Amino acid sequence: MGNSTTKFQPFSKEAALNLIAPFARVEGPVLLALQATQKEFGYVDRDAVEVIAEVCNVSIAEVHGVLTYYSDFRTIPAAKIEVKVCVAEACQSVGSRKLVADASAALNTKMHSQSMDESVQLNQVFCLGNCALGPAAMVDEKLVGRATGEKIAEIVSQIKKEYA
Amino acid sequence: MAIKIFVPIDDAACSVGANEVALEIKTEAEKNNIDIELVRNGSRGMLWLEPMVEIEIENIRYAFGPVSKNDVKDLFAQEFYKNNTHPLALGETEKLPWMKNQQRITFQRVGVIDPLSISDYESHGGLTGLRNALKLTGEQIVSEVTESGLRGRGGAGFPAGIKWRTVLKTENSQKYVCCNADEGDSGTFADRMLMEGDPFTLIEGMTIAGIAVGANKGFIYIRSEYPAAIKTMTNAIKIAKEFGLLGASVLGSDKSFDLEIRAGAGSYVCGEETAMLESLEGKRGVVRAKPPLPAIEGLFNKPTIINNVLTLASVPMILSEGAQMYKNLGTEKSKGTQVFQIAGNIKQGGIFETPFGVTLNELVNNYGAGTLSGKKIKAVQVGGPLGSYIPVNKFDTAMDYESLASIGGMLGHGGVVVFDETVDMAQQAKFAMEFCVEESCGKCTPCRIGSTRGVEVIEKIINGQNKAENVHLLLDLLDVMTDGSLCAMGGLTPLPVRSALENFPEDFALVSSPNGAQ
Ligand SMILES: Cc1cc2nc3c(=O)[nH]c(=O)nc-3n(C[C@H](O)[C@H](O)[C@H](O)COP(=O)(O)O)c2cc1C
Ligand code: SF4
Ligand code: FES
Repeated sequence: MGNSTTKFQPFSKEAALNLIAPFARVEGPVLLALQATQKEFGYVDRDAVEVIAEVCNVSIAEVHGVLTYYSDFRTIPAAKIEVKVCVAEACQSVGSRKLVADASAALNTKMHSQSMDESVQLNQVFCLGNCALGPAAMVDEKLVGRATGEKIAEIVSQIKKEYA
Repeated sequence: MAIKIFVPIDDAACSVGANEVALEIKTEAEKNNIDIELVRNGSRGMLWLEPMVEIEIENIRYAFGPVSKNDVKDLFAQEFYKNNTHPLALGETEKLPWMKNQQRITFQRVGVIDPLSISDYESHGGLTGLRNALKLTGEQIVSEVTESGLRGRGGAGFPAGIKWRTVLKTENSQKYVCCNADEGDSGTFADRMLMEGDPFTLIEGMTIAGIAVGANKGFIYIRSEYPAAIKTMTNAIKIAKEFGLLGASVLGSDKSFDLEIRAGAGSYVCGEETAMLESLEGKRGVVRAKPPLPAIEGLFNKPTIINNVLTLASVPMILSEGAQMYKNLGTEKSKGTQVFQIAGNIKQGGIFETPFGVTLNELVNNYGAGTLSGKKIKAVQVGGPLGSYIPVNKFDTAMDYESLASIGGMLGHGGVVVFDETVDMAQQAKFAMEFCVEESCGKCTPCRIGSTRGVEVIEKIINGQNKAENVHLLLDLLDVMTDGSLCAMGGLTPLPVRSALENFPEDFALVSSPNGAQ
């Protein structure tokens, strides 16, 4: 299926340069430039790292260092939809370990990987700030309380319809 | 006249269907030809009742909940906007036991007002503190905050006024105010709810801080896991600029102050203040050695106030009502109120703001009404992932900085996470180490390597390998991590581990606590 979504733009070096050029004027720009890149293209391409280094006037190693430090960043093209399941303590106390298993089964995906059709990526997260209504999950930017595998799968299929 | 109906827009409420309920209410009102004014407020913090709908009759608000979208038709059929007889009716909101027994200072407007209405904000006491501050000198503002006894709400409990004074006294043409909205602790959500429910309070508090110390620029560092809070704060800043609260002339004065939001990128340790500064500078969020103190050399090496959301959000109140009012609340050394967040396996979870000194038992059993599962409580983790596991026999401990410290715990950001009797404390201890492996910034060895060794040793103990020896090894490791770590990530990870081991030796298949015989 690939990435025929409207959510992310196809990556090209020119597009990246256009996007990142304004950050040259910002103080401490590297993290901001990486975040903007991922938001636009869904991931941070190797070539984007070079563009950011050049525009921000820092070494490639420095950009790479920032890129690999933060768990939000991806370096391979993203699935259309990201599902994050909270695995922190408050959610553990109400069954997050089971939720991980149920969500994996319902989405046909293992933790930290994409579904067969590359449409869904499943990740873990430490706390979503919904600790009194756990177990919690997030589908793209939609927070889910008292989450179950079914509830998550239902929201995923709703979002899929929106993209179709 | 239109009937005022409130449906929270807080993300926790939306996570259980508040948007769908709001939509349904609109539809039903139109269908029944009833003139309504739908307000999307913050959440009152009774999260087990969300989505909690309120109606206003003669300036009194009545609550209904939890309302699902399927209930809406029936609510209208029974004219819920006129009488209080529907099965989902809870009564007058302010008189519900949960609300009545609180003293809301920091959260006074959360759930009450439309978060993005600055006129709502003003008519509920907003901007009074800032207007007062604009008549004072920086020195006078700092004195007022010092006098109130306000302590940092991010975890360490450091007196805010003392920090501010250092920034005030440090000469520099550029200074900053940074708000720590990284709220990484599991079991905490007060920062999020305040930002989503009453964002102007934070903006006002930061502006007062800026005026006090002579800083004209502020940053709010919000974790990326909070997209709704980022959105609300962004909109609030835009509105504040248009209104003239922020900008070149704060409320028409000769003072200028501007705010910018920066998002995190999924790193717990970036909540540590110097790691947050690194991240704000666009770098890897590695902890800096202190000194220099951020108050002297902080963001881009300039003098910087760093405070938690709740610390800054308490400031407008102190400036409007006076230091004395705030100081009169709480205990001898823990002044004011604490916003507790009751979470985990709990029947009635949410926000409970009360003067310091309430006991754990009151919070968990009285207000929280025990576990969600209906099973017995086994332990409560107070203060986030670096906080200790407290057993039921210590539930009469008062919840203030000093009392908790006396039983080897800490208050942290005020999170209270309840576990029922099915929890395996050896697994929780192992998780604490795994979390440290995952989140360590890598600067010091005890934290970076020690946590990995910690996971392995705990696994061995669980598997029954050389038990006595491995328990001894683990205790040794905990000492090394406690003494040899630069920040609390490595330094406090031993707290949950040690408390699990000492209070629940049976879960490690030990006959008694490791300080006794094995
Ligand atoms: C590992 C670690 C994580 C932290 N996370 C947070 C956080 O998410 N939010 C916060 O306000 N403080 C956090 N802190 C505490 C900050 O370092 C700092 O003390 C606080 O922001 C100061 O503000 P306050 O005085 O208003 O509490 C953390 C500290 C450590 C060591
Ligand atoms: S204790 Fe851990 S997180 Fe803190 S500075 Fe050292 S390595 Fe970094
Ligand atoms: S611990 Fe899961 S949402 Fe906070």
